[in-house]
Amino acid sequence: MADNVKPRVRVPRSVTAGEAFEVKTLISHKMESGQRKDKDGNRIPRSIINHFSCDFNGENVMQAELQGAVSTNPYFQFDAVVQESGTMTFTWNDDDGSVYTESKDITVG
Amino acid sequence: MEFTRRETLAIGAGAAAVSLMPLQAFADQEATDAAVAEYAAGGAITDGGVELTTPEIAENGNTVPISVSAPGAASILILASGNPSPKVIEFMFGSLAGSQSASCRIRLAGTQDVIALAKMPDGSVRRGTSTVKVTIGGCGG
Amino acid sequence: MKNITLSAVIATGFALVGTAALAEGQPPAEIKPLVIDGINIVAEAQAPSHMDIPAIYSGWEFRAEETQVLQLDDFDNPGMLEVDAAREAFNTVDGAAGKSCASCHEGGPEEFKGLAAVLPRWNPDQNALYTMEDYINYCRTARMQAEAWPWGKTQLNGMVGLLNLQSRGEIRNVAIDGPVADLWQQGHDIYYVKQGQLGMSCSSCHEENYGVRIRAEILSQGQTTGFPVYRLKNAHLNSVENRFKGCMKNMRAEPYKPGGPEFHALELYVASRGNGLGIEGPSVRN
Ligand code: HEC
Ligand code: HEC
Repeated sequence: MADNVKPRVRVPRSVTAGEAFEVKTLISHKMESGQRKDKDGNRIPRSIINHFSCDFNGENVMQAELQGAVSTNPYFQFDAVVQESGTMTFTWNDDDGSVYTESKDITVG
Repeated sequence: MEFTRRETLAIGAGAAAVSLMPLQAFADQEATDAAVAEYAAGGAITDGGVELTTPEIAENGNTVPISVSAPGAASILILASGNPSPKVIEFMFGSLAGSQSASCRIRLAGTQDVIALAKMPDGSVRRGTSTVKVTIGGCGG
Repeated sequence: MKNITLSAVIATGFALVGTAALAEGQPPAEIKPLVIDGINIVAEAQAPSHMDIPAIYSGWEFRAEETQVLQLDDFDNPGMLEVDAAREAFNTVDGAAGKSCASCHEGGPEEFKGLAAVLPRWNPDQNALYTMEDYINYCRTARMQAEAWPWGKTQLNGMVGLLNLQSRGEIRNVAIDGPVADLWQQGHDIYYVKQGQLGMSCSSCHEENYGVRIRAEILSQGQTTGFPVYRLKNAHLNSVENRFKGCMKNMRAEPYKPGGPEFHALELYVASRGNGLGIEGPSVRN
């Protein structure tokens, strides 16, 4: 899976200290649920992103623990609030051990 | 990704698969109750205090947009009581969360109740429930 | 919503709608403005004169609100993941000629602004009706000496998505006369002929019964201005032919050959039924 997994992240470039802002993330992943069977009746093994985390300057904004019932190409929208400028990091953990990351600088102005 | 009818089972591929799926593959009430009990860990459960937004009728069970909000919650667990396995996702809010709310897209194997449980800092649990009708499609390829 | 008579319920669980008296469908319950990232898309227009119905509508207008909103912001549109991948492919060298699309199309995908609105069209150099797929694969094989991308699969659908996106909001205006006149007529005939075990034509659903609920979903006019389409059902971009194929299977008809002459003629004809609507692909449908 690791090859064609592409994260997309949207955060404002500049925000006001202490004021909540919107974060959106989308990542390409088939999220094979582990519930389906192939032509020969064999269960297709689960292969999903099982954990997501959004952090800012080392402090946590939100984490999520995903199961097979999260749709293909997992999408999240949530709110964050920061007090100073810094870097927001996004981490997705794949069942196969791959870790996908993305980061965005945010300025408090 | 394309699946033939025979390859599709259960929630992955929506409609056609649902009717083919053996009944015991659905989570029974017990599995849902167990997931609720495990999450609550003895805390008192009350209804309300969680806003769960779902479509009334999902155009396709494969991608159902939902959002949930529970002011003050430490975490929120989403359960799909009619899926083969009820747990869908748990959100855990950190110190920089701008609100205790989140949106995502989930798979539903059929018409069912979606349950949101919010754990409050004192260990008590709030519950919100919403019924989503997932009609079996099967037209337009 | 009009009350429909179920004149036949086919054994497969497929409800065939319509009564003899009915010749055309129903407008969407509510017509909303379709504005994507600030660009206004014409989603309702007077039907072209070759059609027998008064107005044409984007398929978006017939979708449920939850599905509609996924298309209003490119960030929420999961089809854009495949467009992103295509943007990378556009700049990636492939084939024996050692070229990428960008080697020759130095202006980037933006060079193709407006093209999607007039396709399919006659390509005089090749003496053939050309879709976006044909142009892309011609460049890949003849100019890059790379392999053609397979019809209906993610690489080709994604690239069509990237190029169609450049025409967002442009008004569809495919030519139906001149060298394509015969092909257009052929596409017209395919659209109206009853075929398959259910004895249906494309028009049975998309002309006579748009706006009518058929089992879970509301029938649209089967317009193609939103292609490629990210479908919630299969969670990837679908080409026009992918959709035609699916509809034919539902009609219990044998789908035509991928990339073949029948599908080309049909794609031209169906595109001409959307003359006047805005290009909105890649769109989101159920
Ligand atoms: C070796 C140079 C070369 C490469 C590489 C190349 N093209 Fe082309 N392409 C051309 C030329 C020349 C034409 C015809 C003249 C024109 O319309 O620009 C053309 C035409 C097209 C057209 C039709 C444009 C129109 O308005 O009729 C499309 C679409 C297109 N190319 C897409 C692509 C894509 C996508 C790729 C990469 C997969 C690609 N091309 C790679 C040279 C190239
Ligand atoms: C039994 C009814 C039925 C018939 C017959 C049928 N379709 Fe469809 N078609 C559907 C349904 C249902 C959908 C999905 C909902 C919608 O957009 O109408 C659909 C969707 C489409 C779409 C996608 C529209 C969009 O906005 O993305 C196109 C294009 C289409 N059909 C073309 C055709 C063509 C061409 C034929 C004939 C070969 C055909 N259909 C025959 C039921 C039918």
